[in-house]
Amino acid sequence: MSEVITETTAGTTAGASAGTPARVPAPGAATAEQSWAERYAVPARDAYRRTLLDLARVDPRIFCVDSDMGGLETLFGDALPEQYVNVGIAEANLLGVSAGLAHSGLLPYANTIASFAAARACEQLKVDVAGNNLPVRVVVTHAGVSAGHYGPTHHAVEDIAIVRTLPHLTVVVPCDAAEAEAAVRATVDLPGPLYVRLGRAATPLVNDAPYDFRLGEARLLREGEDVTLVATGPYPVVMALEAAELLARQGHSARVLNMHTIKPLDTAALGRAARETGGIVTVEDHVRVGGLGAAVCEAVAEDHHCPVRRIGVPDGYLDHVAGERELLEYAGVHPEAIAAAALGLARGR
Amino acid sequence: MTAPTETVSPPFAELPFREQAFRIREHILKMATAPQGAHVGGSLSCADVLLHLYTRVLDIDPQEPDRPDRDRFVLSKGHAAPALYAVLAETGHLPVEELATYTQPGSRLAGHPLRRVPGVEFPTGSLGHGLSLGTGVALAMRRQGRPARAFVLLGDGELQEGSVWEAAMSAAQYGLDNLVAVVDRNGLQITGGTEECVALEPLAERWRSFGWAAVEIDGHDEAALEETFAALPARTGKPTVVIARTVKGRGVALFEGKKKSHSVQLNPRLYQRAKKDLRSGRTA
Repeated sequence: MSEVITETTAGTTAGASAGTPARVPAPGAATAEQSWAERYAVPARDAYRRTLLDLARVDPRIFCVDSDMGGLETLFGDALPEQYVNVGIAEANLLGVSAGLAHSGLLPYANTIASFAAARACEQLKVDVAGNNLPVRVVVTHAGVSAGHYGPTHHAVEDIAIVRTLPHLTVVVPCDAAEAEAAVRATVDLPGPLYVRLGRAATPLVNDAPYDFRLGEARLLREGEDVTLVATGPYPVVMALEAAELLARQGHSARVLNMHTIKPLDTAALGRAARETGGIVTVEDHVRVGGLGAAVCEAVAEDHHCPVRRIGVPDGYLDHVAGERELLEYAGVHPEAIAAAALGLARGR
Repeated sequence: MTAPTETVSPPFAELPFREQAFRIREHILKMATAPQGAHVGGSLSCADVLLHLYTRVLDIDPQEPDRPDRDRFVLSKGHAAPALYAVLAETGHLPVEELATYTQPGSRLAGHPLRRVPGVEFPTGSLGHGLSLGTGVALAMRRQGRPARAFVLLGDGELQEGSVWEAAMSAAQYGLDNLVAVVDRNGLQITGGTEECVALEPLAERWRSFGWAAVEIDGHDEAALEETFAALPARTGKPTVVIARTVKGRGVALFEGKKKSHSVQLNPRLYQRAKKDLRSGRTA
């Protein structure tokens, strides 16, 4: 299902396979003539960057604050130099400077890698960004295991657990390039801070048409009655849909929810899932502790009697070398495991 | 017989600098009588700098706290909150009576400044954050074409935090001459001298090598403060750091130059002694 696609962002070519046709449009060059699939056959990161530039062209409050990510300096910096800042390889400073910009009435989009925002600069995120309830948009890439062969220093399988505990912070996890664009467009005027969690390379396009992204509202991807699969992140959502297919072949109907907003969590959709399907399986590219599964357990345990099974990365250092999907499968996150967990719930009833 | 003359103290703004500084230090000592105590040493050391900034440098108006062109001040060494509260109160941001609530349950005046305190732009307390905030503000002012400046007061021990130097490098890179860092160089941190812990010298040279204009002054000398802050930026196109050489616990012999003055709770006996020390050095 996954495609190998040449990365288009300048400075990052390590993930590209030699000989892959460069059929991906350059960021910022998407045209009305392109089909939906063509427009979004790019990493969510590229769709976000293109969107940010579009938005910034008409909104001088929008600043792109870079930490030497590669690509933004040409795409954004050359186009809008007065709205571009590169603080260098200094993530604590990235978030502090962004807080200062936001305090002065600007809308800074702070760009870094998930692990460097949530773990390395966690205190600046906590105190200066979230604590002050400032409209800083922390847009991170390389989330989950999307850094693949780069290894565990570049993976972020604990960031959701960290950031969802921080005050005022809205946490959004787009499942594909289209949703990344929709989520960024929908949150421009969010008054408080925002954490947008993106991957690195291109991932399958889940959404096949434009839709009205609603912050804090889980998106129903497939109706079902026997069990609900709640997923967040690109491959988890794809795998949940694949698991629903496996279950369908065995005569079970699984509802699939794309939980693109982790905070605030759509507890209403979870309540309906609990009442109407009686069992929930969560799927995430994150450790089983503290992430989506934990958030769902917290919500369900307080108000509903409904068993929950959590599919996620187990405790341990993921020092296996592989690509994104293969790493998740190695860690036990795959459609068969999701389907098996769902069947276990169905049998238990 | 002549009637006893009633002494009415003149308004704070009309007092000479040394009298104002005396009043600020009185407030700090009073706050240290709270059950939780206070960071006395570092409050007394930066009191003159803070007083000078708020009364003679910063373009701010307590009646119009959100004016976009106002100067911004960041107390990066947030533990000097008592000094800040005292200055904010005497300059019309806070009722002076509110100082008596310092660290009491329900008070706005925590051990480190909260953002809901009038006049506090950013809450601080965790060291190493303020210079990045100031850099962001100065950059925003520059890009928005505003004349406002950002002032950040740092502790010297705080300079051991690596994030300070991340900010220092980026501020120099952007040539932010509307950014002013002031280092309260009292030479002491909790365990003793900064040079014995992790040495900071040659401090001015370090800042200069990071692309800043560095000025070293006696941080208790009114004339030096006046001269330095009237001539900002020290170099066009560069951020300025004022290394204010100060004495921890300044003004109270009991505390001067003593590492134990860092955090103190004053019982009634100690409070009286400290006040007596302060009075005896009043004209110094």
